[in-house]
Amino acid sequence: MNPTEATAAVAAALGSIAPEVDIATVDGDAPFREEMDLDSLDFLNLVELLHDSTGVEIREDDYARVGSLTTLVDYLVSHSPVATGA
Amino acid sequence: MGEFVMPSLGADMTEGTLLEWLVKPGDEVHRGDIVAVVDTDKAAIEVECFEDGVVAELLVPPGTRVPVGAPLARFGDGAAAPAVAAPTPAAPAAPAAPAAPAVASPLVRHLAHTAGIDVSTVNGTGPDGVVTRADVEAARVAVPLPRPDTAAPGRRVPASPLARRRALDLGIAIDTVAGSGPNGSVTVADVDAAAAARNAPSTPEAEATHAEAPQQPPTPTVTVPAETSAADRNAAMRRAIGELMARSKREIPHYYVTTTIDLSAALSWMRDVNTRRPVSERLVPAALLLKASALAARAVPELNGFWVDDHLERCDHVHLGVAVSLRPSGLVAPAILDADILDLDTLMKGLRDVVTRARSGRLRRTEMTDGTLTVTNLGDNGAESVLGVIFPPQVALVGLGRIVERPWASGGMLAARPTVTATLSGDHRATDGHAGSRYLAALDDLLQSPEKL
Repeated sequence: MNPTEATAAVAAALGSIAPEVDIATVDGDAPFREEMDLDSLDFLNLVELLHDSTGVEIREDDYARVGSLTTLVDYLVSHSPVATGA
Repeated sequence: MGEFVMPSLGADMTEGTLLEWLVKPGDEVHRGDIVAVVDTDKAAIEVECFEDGVVAELLVPPGTRVPVGAPLARFGDGAAAPAVAAPTPAAPAAPAAPAAPAVASPLVRHLAHTAGIDVSTVNGTGPDGVVTRADVEAARVAVPLPRPDTAAPGRRVPASPLARRRALDLGIAIDTVAGSGPNGSVTVADVDAAAAARNAPSTPEAEATHAEAPQQPPTPTVTVPAETSAADRNAAMRRAIGELMARSKREIPHYYVTTTIDLSAALSWMRDVNTRRPVSERLVPAALLLKASALAARAVPELNGFWVDDHLERCDHVHLGVAVSLRPSGLVAPAILDADILDLDTLMKGLRDVVTRARSGRLRRTEMTDGTLTVTNLGDNGAESVLGVIFPPQVALVGLGRIVERPWASGGMLAARPTVTATLSGDHRATDGHAGSRYLAALDDLLQSPEKL
């Protein structure tokens, strides 16, 4: 999975959780859970959706490492089965 | 026989809009069947009927706003409508067609439909293999809950309440709109697009109408609610919340007690559990906090119930209201029924389900009316503590702030611990601060043994 694919997966997942938020307006380096007002259930839904769409399971211990859209995309790319398996 | 009236779906509701009928004249209904969807100013609520019978007449078309208590439909005992019931008994009498699934009533078919179940795959246990309501319910339980796949024709279209309202406002049938949202759900944008598509070709026609005569307003089959725009919707919700909260503050002499609870045991237990689980089965702290809140209510039962006719009516069960913030603004507090006896995983599922439905789907009548104690949980992005306003006719409200790491002195040692500030707002007519204090002590105690939750 490349960054473009990961970004698209994140945008799709967030779009379904908070359809009223325009992802393009969210600062990639800002804490998006606060910016988008996502609660813990929203975040769990996000992790689940991303697992379904990308195959990457974000471990609970790693939640703190995916606080911004940039770090979330990086995480997906670096943990994607293709990247590690190739 | 009976009348089906606009129900009161909460102490703050004075009128509601009939959004959708799930039955039609001639349908056999049973007590507890969901027959209609009603829009309060806060949410779309599924409403069940309270008696067995046959739908004789629908008195109110979808889109009509009526006061609480206004008749919506007439039910008969079935004798008056034999013509409609006739084809069904005929079917089981013909053993020549074993392939055709025998279905007891249109309602059973509808139930199966909405549950996404193919009736022909259901094992019928009724006379002559007729598929009964219980069979569908059983099949429904067997099928994993969410069925967000391609919609079968006629299945209820997934759409957000906002989109439904917009469609209603614009006079567009929601099931004619192509959904672009998750699982094909219809979004507000889809409705707007459909409206634009409808209006574009019809513009010349409209102009022609305008030029011709003032004789006919465009077919007023849908009585559009007075409030139309999103801003008006929001204003209506603010008014509903304001009226209920004003009543609470006017009638209920609130007292408040506060305590700070060490959550390190609860959270480390939860983390440990979660690392062994797939994402879909992970717990969130709110689930633990809610379960503990429900159990604490059992320990201090005088906080669990209703203030009615100048006295406290305790409840044996704990239907835990959960304040859910809506986007972009607003609040609704549906109840997780029997939260005290649900195991933690079931409660977690119930929480996810009710929050999702509050925000994007539908709530059920009992969830809106049967709450016995409400929790407002500010969550990760919230403030450190909240002194809440009691939802009448309940007699207490639990407030949980954001989980914060604080310096914590214990056994003469200082350490950093995750903590939550819990408050209890109590109705002084029903109890005193002592009861509130006991409640918070019980809550603290329960959270120190998370494995027992």
